[in-house]
Amino acid sequence: MNAIAGWLRANLFSSWPSALATLVIAWLAWRLVPPFVDWAFVEAVWRSPNSDACREAQGACWAFIGEKHRFMLFGTYPFEQHWRPALATLILVGLWGFSALRRSWHWWLGLVWTVGLALIAMLMWGGVFGLRYVENERWGGLILTLILASFGMAFAFPLSILLALGRRSRLPVLRAACVAYIELIRGVPLISVLFMASVMLPLFLPSGLTIDKLLRAQLALVLFAAAYLAEVVRGGLQAIPHHQYEAAEALGLSFAQRTLHVILPQALRLSIAPLVNTFIGLFKDTSLVLIIGLFDLLSTIKVSLQDPAWSRFGIEAYLFACLVYFAFCYAMSAYSRHLEHGGPGRRMRQS
Amino acid sequence: MKRDWIYQAALLAAAGLVFWFFVSNTAQNLETRKIASGFGFLWREAGFEIGETGAIAFSAADSYLRALGIGLWNTFRVAAIGVVFATLLGALVGLSRLSPNWLLAKLAAAYVEVIRNVPLLVQLFFWYAVIAENLPDPGEALQPLAGVFLSNRGIAFPTPWSTPVLSGFNFTGGAVLSPEFAALLVGLVTYTAAFIGEIVRAGVLSVGRGQVDAAYSIGLTRRSALRFVVLPLALRLIVPPLTSQYLNLAKNSSLAVAIGYPDLVSIANTTMNQTGQAIEGVAIIMAVFLTISLSISAFMNWYNQRVALKGVRQ
Repeated sequence: MNAIAGWLRANLFSSWPSALATLVIAWLAWRLVPPFVDWAFVEAVWRSPNSDACREAQGACWAFIGEKHRFMLFGTYPFEQHWRPALATLILVGLWGFSALRRSWHWWLGLVWTVGLALIAMLMWGGVFGLRYVENERWGGLILTLILASFGMAFAFPLSILLALGRRSRLPVLRAACVAYIELIRGVPLISVLFMASVMLPLFLPSGLTIDKLLRAQLALVLFAAAYLAEVVRGGLQAIPHHQYEAAEALGLSFAQRTLHVILPQALRLSIAPLVNTFIGLFKDTSLVLIIGLFDLLSTIKVSLQDPAWSRFGIEAYLFACLVYFAFCYAMSAYSRHLEHGGPGRRMRQS
Repeated sequence: MKRDWIYQAALLAAAGLVFWFFVSNTAQNLETRKIASGFGFLWREAGFEIGETGAIAFSAADSYLRALGIGLWNTFRVAAIGVVFATLLGALVGLSRLSPNWLLAKLAAAYVEVIRNVPLLVQLFFWYAVIAENLPDPGEALQPLAGVFLSNRGIAFPTPWSTPVLSGFNFTGGAVLSPEFAALLVGLVTYTAAFIGEIVRAGVLSVGRGQVDAAYSIGLTRRSALRFVVLPLALRLIVPPLTSQYLNLAKNSSLAVAIGYPDLVSIANTTMNQTGQAIEGVAIIMAVFLTISLSISAFMNWYNQRVALKGVRQ
């Protein structure tokens, strides 16, 4: 009992301002939490095949999510084939989970990813092994968000390493080109790069040659993310002490050998935590493809609201969107924190 | 080294070739689509109305140039107001996380965690849904403070010159923030404040306990210790990442296009759709944002030099 009173005094009532803050927060909680619980749980409608029950109720209309969840998660993918994007989603999440384990940080991880991504492409497109062909205009929902983020990372990462190495090169032309690219991309908003890919790129290509919308958006995300990742990789490269370069040179290693076997393995391990943070940014940024008309998770949720029967339940819909994005991003940020505080990255630095 | 120059010449030649390929394709494509390149379209009649012009006169008969100018002004308005409030809220969040009060610290930490892990676009849609769909009609507007009205037509609040009065279906007098402006501002401020909060917290934590003790031991009061020791040391760490958050806020204001606030990007988008001048439209957007980011970088370099430790080699 005394311990509790002591804790309360030390942590909630240590001074007058602190006590005041505690009281204000308690008062706000008393005013806001019960109505919210009422709205979200007590008065909420969980099941309603049409929206009538929701319109009469005082609480949240979670039935909306239940009714539309297939469309929100899979977009306009053929209904009876939904197991395919569902399985692809599981494979992608599995790939990310597997890559997070320290014991899978080896060269063969690249192989695992290649096989995994190929498998996902096969599942989504079909056309082989008796799977029906589904054109990518019909892909949508959560799997599209995950594909944009995963393929974006998979292609932006190698590109960013080249850019970071280029920025530290002793060749002035190469260095200037990399600096210009990185600073140009980092200086403009993502939406302008997406506009460039969606409306300018078709003008750049010879007439007759067209690249579809999904691929163009993916290209824009890769080019955009690469500039930010390049700065993270450069941070890792800069943290490598100079004697490592000199020692590698003294051993008579060539530039490629020095980079691949000595510098990059150390630099990349140092930058894993900030790399994960940049990836969280990329994951969140994929939601912008909505503006150029692709059906990612946020877009399918927004389209669900255009059904006149359910158009009033925007708050429920966007809270659901918040929840899904939060689940993915929080998992990643918790992982990145784990790496920073005594995770594998730290252990490596001490050895 | 001769070989290095051969590599670089090859790189330049390859880049030139790709550039020439794009330019020649573009010239051909524009010709078949009968689009004249160049910025001549800027002086043509825009032919669309702008919902919110920020006290500048505009009609559909005005030019694209004027429309884009209003878009730029709208971007500046929301970014300038956003920066001020994001800094205030961010400082509050950052200091709250360091508070000895457990409840306050945990609340601020939860705020940062939730806001940073949800895309800004989702948050903007959420705020827009709250304001446009769930606030009452102007007739039954909420009044959190005397003279401030929250309704689905936006936020009406008094200015030193006049107070808002309900007349018919809307408010007149005072100042009114449209639902789009209000949603964008609230979204940008709450989002950026979470990042600023972390910067402030890291900056304050970076000032060593020894510095503070030393300040007290030479007889400084608490106030002068803060003013002459803690703040200058913390600001040196806070300002560079803070300016890049300001830049992020300005860049993120381009998401206005998704909720229908007529900022520069949104008006450039309408212009591109109407005229087909995609290259010029994207070029204008990029040029404006590059100018902003380069001037902010220039300011940051100047500031860094000014506050750098004198006599210490960096």
